[in-house]
Amino acid sequence: MTLTKDESGAETPDPVDTYTPSARRLERERHKRARSRRATAIAAVSTLATAIVLYLVVVNAPGWPRTKETFFNGQYAREALPKVLEGLWLNVRLLLICGVAVLVLGMLIAVARTLRGPVFFPLRFLAAAYTDFFRGLPLIINLMIVVLGVPALRLQGVTVDPVWLGGTALTLTYSAYVAEVFRAGIESIHPSQRAAARSLGLSNRQALRYVVLPQAVRRQVPPLLNDLVSLQKDTGLVSIGGAVDAVRAADIIVGRSLNYTPYIVAGLVFVALTIPMTRFTDWVTARMDRRRAQGGIA
Amino acid sequence: MHLAPRTLRRVVAAATTALLATAVGCAPQPEDDAAAKPSGSTTGAACAKGKLATKTSGKLTIATDEPAYEPWFKDDKPANGKGFESAVAYAVAERLGYDKSAVVWQSVPFNKAFAPGEKTFDFDINQVSISAERKKAVDFSSGYYDVRQAVIALKDSKAAKATSIADLKGLKLGAQVGTTSLNYIEDVVKPTRQAAAYAKNDQAKSALKNGQVDAIVVDLPTAFYITAAEVTDAKIVGQFENQGGTPEQFGLVLDKGSALTSCVTGAVDALRKDGTLAKIEKQWLSDAVDAPVLK
Repeated sequence: MTLTKDESGAETPDPVDTYTPSARRLERERHKRARSRRATAIAAVSTLATAIVLYLVVVNAPGWPRTKETFFNGQYAREALPKVLEGLWLNVRLLLICGVAVLVLGMLIAVARTLRGPVFFPLRFLAAAYTDFFRGLPLIINLMIVVLGVPALRLQGVTVDPVWLGGTALTLTYSAYVAEVFRAGIESIHPSQRAAARSLGLSNRQALRYVVLPQAVRRQVPPLLNDLVSLQKDTGLVSIGGAVDAVRAADIIVGRSLNYTPYIVAGLVFVALTIPMTRFTDWVTARMDRRRAQGGIA
Repeated sequence: MHLAPRTLRRVVAAATTALLATAVGCAPQPEDDAAAKPSGSTTGAACAKGKLATKTSGKLTIATDEPAYEPWFKDDKPANGKGFESAVAYAVAERLGYDKSAVVWQSVPFNKAFAPGEKTFDFDINQVSISAERKKAVDFSSGYYDVRQAVIALKDSKAAKATSIADLKGLKLGAQVGTTSLNYIEDVVKPTRQAAAYAKNDQAKSALKNGQVDAIVVDLPTAFYITAAEVTDAKIVGQFENQGGTPEQFGLVLDKGSALTSCVTGAVDALRKDGTLAKIEKQWLSDAVDAPVLK
C-alpha cells in the first residue's frame, strides 16, 4: 500500500485504495471523538475556574491597589512602549551580528578541538582552554572587563564604543557555549561514518566537511536555537557601558517616576520577541524527530 | 480502600476547589490606609520623643544604598556620623528623640527603596530628589538640601570649553540612571546624540576617563568631590540653573502613607530653622563653592 503524508504527519491511505471502514471502526472513532470533546470541555472549565480563583486571590490581596498602580499603570505603559521599542532595536541588531559571529567562531573552535593528529595538540589545547575559561567566567564580569577595561588601555585604533565592546564580550562568552554544542554534535557522529567516507577516498578534511559536519549541525539545531534565545536576552547587558537598550530605557523612566510599569512593558516585549523563536525551535525539533522516526539517516 | 478512578477524581476536584476557596477567604486583612489619616502638624502627642511607631520599637531604622559615596558619607560607613547625609540623619534622629545608639543603619538599593509593599526601614536617605511624580509612589520629608546639577569634562577636552547649554548639544553626555542629572540632559540640554545612562556613577566616571563620553552630569557636591579626588584631570564645566525656578531638593524617603512622615518633616523643618542644616552643610560640603552657570 502506498502512503502519503498529510499535514499532521499521519499516514493516510492513498485514494486509489478502495477501503471502506467497518461499522465497528466508525463506532470506535465516534466514541473517540466524543471522549476528546468531553476532555476539552473539562479542561476549559477547570482552566476557567483556576483563572477565576487566581484573579480573586490577587485582586483581594490587601496590597493590590498599590501594586496595580505601581506595576500596571496605563499612562506609564503608553509612555514607555515607544522608548522600549527604540531600545529593543539595539537588542535586535546585537542579536543578529553577535549571532552570526558566535556561530562562525564556535564552529572554528569546535573543529580545532576535534582535529586529529599529534601536530595539532597546541591548537586543541588552546581551544579547550578557551572554552573552559569563557564558559566559567560570569558574563557580567566579562562585560565589565571588556567594556570598561579595554578603553582604559588607550590602544590606537581600537573602538571605545560600548556597543561594539559589549558585542565582543557577548561573542567571546557565547562562542564558548556554542563551540561545546558543535563539539558534542561532531563527537556524536558514529566513527563508521568517517570510516566510510575515508574508504570512499575522501580526505580527512573532506570527510569532515561533507559527511560529519552536516550531520553534526543538523543534530544540534535545538540546543543552538536555545543558546540563541538566551543570547537575545543577554544582549541587554551591554547597557553596562551606558548604551540604552530596552531594559535600560525602562530603567530611565522607572528612576524618574518610581513606577515599575515600564519594566513590565519591557518584559512583555522580550517575551513577544522570544515566542516566535521558541515556536520555530519546537517546529524544527519536531520535524527532525519525525525524520528520525522514519529510520532515515541520523 | 479502593476508589473508582471517577470518584477519586471528583474527590480531588472538590478538595482543590475547597482549598482555593479558603485561600481566598484567608487572604490577610487589608491594613489601615494610613494615607487617609490627616497629616497634622508635629504636635507633641503624635511625635512623642523616642516613642514613635518605628519598625523596631525604641530604635530608628535608617536606610541608604551601598556603597555610600563621598561627600554624603565617609569611608562607606553611614554609622560613623561623618559626611553630610550621615550627619543630617543623626541630627534628624536626635530631634525625634533617638540618640546615636538607637539608630540602626540598613543597606537598601536605590530602586528597592521605592518598591511597593512593607518597607524594612523608617526612612531612607540617599540623595533622592523630591518631585511631584515621585510623591505618588512614596512619602517625602521636607527638603534637607537644595541641590544643583553640574557638568564635568576632562580638562583638555573640547567639552571643557563649553560656556553655554548650546555648546553641550553636540556632545556625547552621560549620567546615572534614575537621577535628575539624566533628566537635565534630556529636558534641558536636549543633545543631538542619545545620552549614555549608567547603572552607577562609578561606571560614568570610568566612561569619562576612557573617553567613551565627552562629559557627565552629576550633582554639584559630587562633582566637586570627583574633580578633587577621583578624576583629577577633569574639571567642572559649569552648573545648570534650576528648572522651573524652584530649587531641586533632596528629601528623606518614607513609605507611602507612613505614620512618621509628619514627624520627620517637622524635625527637618526645625533643623532648617535653627541653622543646624546650614552648619552641617558648611562642615561637609563647604568646598562646594559656586561653579559658572550654563545658560
